[in-house]
Amino acid sequence: MIQVKGLYKSFGNQHVLRGVDMQIQAGEAAIIIGRSGGGKSVLLKHLTGLICPDKGEIKINGIDIVGMQERELLKIRREMAVMFQGAALFDSMTVGENVGFYLQREGKKTAAEIAKAVESTLELVDLRGVENKWPSDLSGGMKKRVGLARAIIHNPSIVFYDEPTAGLDPVVSDSIDKLIKRICEVKKVTTVVITHDMRTTRTVGERVFMLSEGQIYLTLTPDELFASKDPKVYQFVNGISEGDDII
Amino acid sequence: MSQIWELIVGVCYSLFRGDWKMSDIVNQIYLIGVRSQLVVIVTGAFTGLVLVAQTYFQFHKFGMDTMTLAVNSVAMCSELGPVLAALMVSGRVGAAMAAELGTMKVSEQIDALRTLNTHPVDYLVLPRIVATTIAMPVLVCEAIAVGILAGYFLGVYILGIDPVYSWANMVNITSVDNVITGVIKGIFFGCLISFIGCYKGLSCKNGAQGVGEATTDTVVSASIAVLMLNFFLTLILSKIFAVL
Ligand SMILES: Nc1ncnc2c1ncn2[C@@H]1O[C@H](COP(=O)(O)OP(=O)(O)O)[C@@H](O)[C@H]1O
Ligand SMILES: [Mg+2]
Repeated sequence: MIQVKGLYKSFGNQHVLRGVDMQIQAGEAAIIIGRSGGGKSVLLKHLTGLICPDKGEIKINGIDIVGMQERELLKIRREMAVMFQGAALFDSMTVGENVGFYLQREGKKTAAEIAKAVESTLELVDLRGVENKWPSDLSGGMKKRVGLARAIIHNPSIVFYDEPTAGLDPVVSDSIDKLIKRICEVKKVTTVVITHDMRTTRTVGERVFMLSEGQIYLTLTPDELFASKDPKVYQFVNGISEGDDII
Repeated sequence: MSQIWELIVGVCYSLFRGDWKMSDIVNQIYLIGVRSQLVVIVTGAFTGLVLVAQTYFQFHKFGMDTMTLAVNSVAMCSELGPVLAALMVSGRVGAAMAAELGTMKVSEQIDALRTLNTHPVDYLVLPRIVATTIAMPVLVCEAIAVGILAGYFLGVYILGIDPVYSWANMVNITSVDNVITGVIKGIFFGCLISFIGCYKGLSCKNGAQGVGEATTDTVVSASIAVLMLNFFLTLILSKIFAVL
């Protein structure tokens, strides 16, 4: 379970998060939507302890991670997987080395066991025979899949996705959406997806948090979201840019 | 400034308690040490050559030809070998570290490491600093040896200095202290250059432009830091050797 209370974060005089309160239940598929530059990635980095807030509380499975030392956070993060917006693959390593990185560093498994785990995890994300390719030789969608495989190889219980479908064509986007849903079901993980893609929201989401002006403006189900008459929600869902005071 | 301290403390902690791997250090020694040899050897050779040539031209006027090689060897050992090797390594290794870590920082690869149960200092910084600190004194010794040899060949075979007296003077005047000075300076310079490269890389911001800035910054800061530290090391080491 993820609990956030009164989270504030500013960069200089830019107040990105201004009192975020939210709660994500274990096993739930939560979607965080909001405008580009609205602080979604910043919020995700707080949830994973990559950034320290100015103020507020973040509890992961009941443990407050605010102000923790990096080495303690590493232990907390063993329960987490993050798929980054740009995939963030290590470009000095092959795909196989990227995916096997966690197990390799952990040093508990033999090379053969790691190779097997890499193969089966890549299969889970619908990739085969790419172990020896370099990240620079992959398409955008493949990179994201590899990033996901690398993140989930150690069977974490919470998976975070930062804009999993941004910059991909609709067909690839759809396959990624299905993949997220499948991983959520197969691995029984808590899923947190950050997106402004309404299709992802519809396909994957069980609960939607709308981030606006540095706060959670609304929490609702996808059905409620798409039926909402709230002007802000309506404009966002339908992609209308009129009016200057939206989101 | 506080971030510099934080990294220094982080590196010290990592050295004793961190989860670093010997294989990463060995790999870095190869990348940093073995691959820098050519640059350092060429630098050492031409420095020795030009120093012998210039010294000979002056000393020849006073009939002090046989002191030429001694001047070269003392200067190479305690000053020119370590400083010039360090300047070349700043440009080659320091810049590469800043560019590599900077790229990893701006493309979220460092954040990715942190989510994969890996402390960036254990995995990236410590192996680089340890490897450079080990490789640098070796590179310095190579620069010194090549510089002295190149100088000897120029002096004896081209300028026609008497080899027997020159050799005797060189061995007499160059003390073990000079060589040790060079090696100790190499250790400090290696540590300094790699620290600056890693620090600039990790604190990199603003995308590709930031990586460029971090790289140039590293070369400039590391070169200046090497020259300044060299002066203080010369003073301190000469005091220490005077006492011993
Ligand atoms: N490390 C940082 N330093 C300064 N500003 C930042 C930093 N990270 C994010 N920001 C700023 O915070 C705002 C929100 O960014 P982000 O969370 O990436 O938006 P998005 O919702 O599109 O993911 C942006 O205006 C960005 O410039
Ligand atoms: Mg973002």
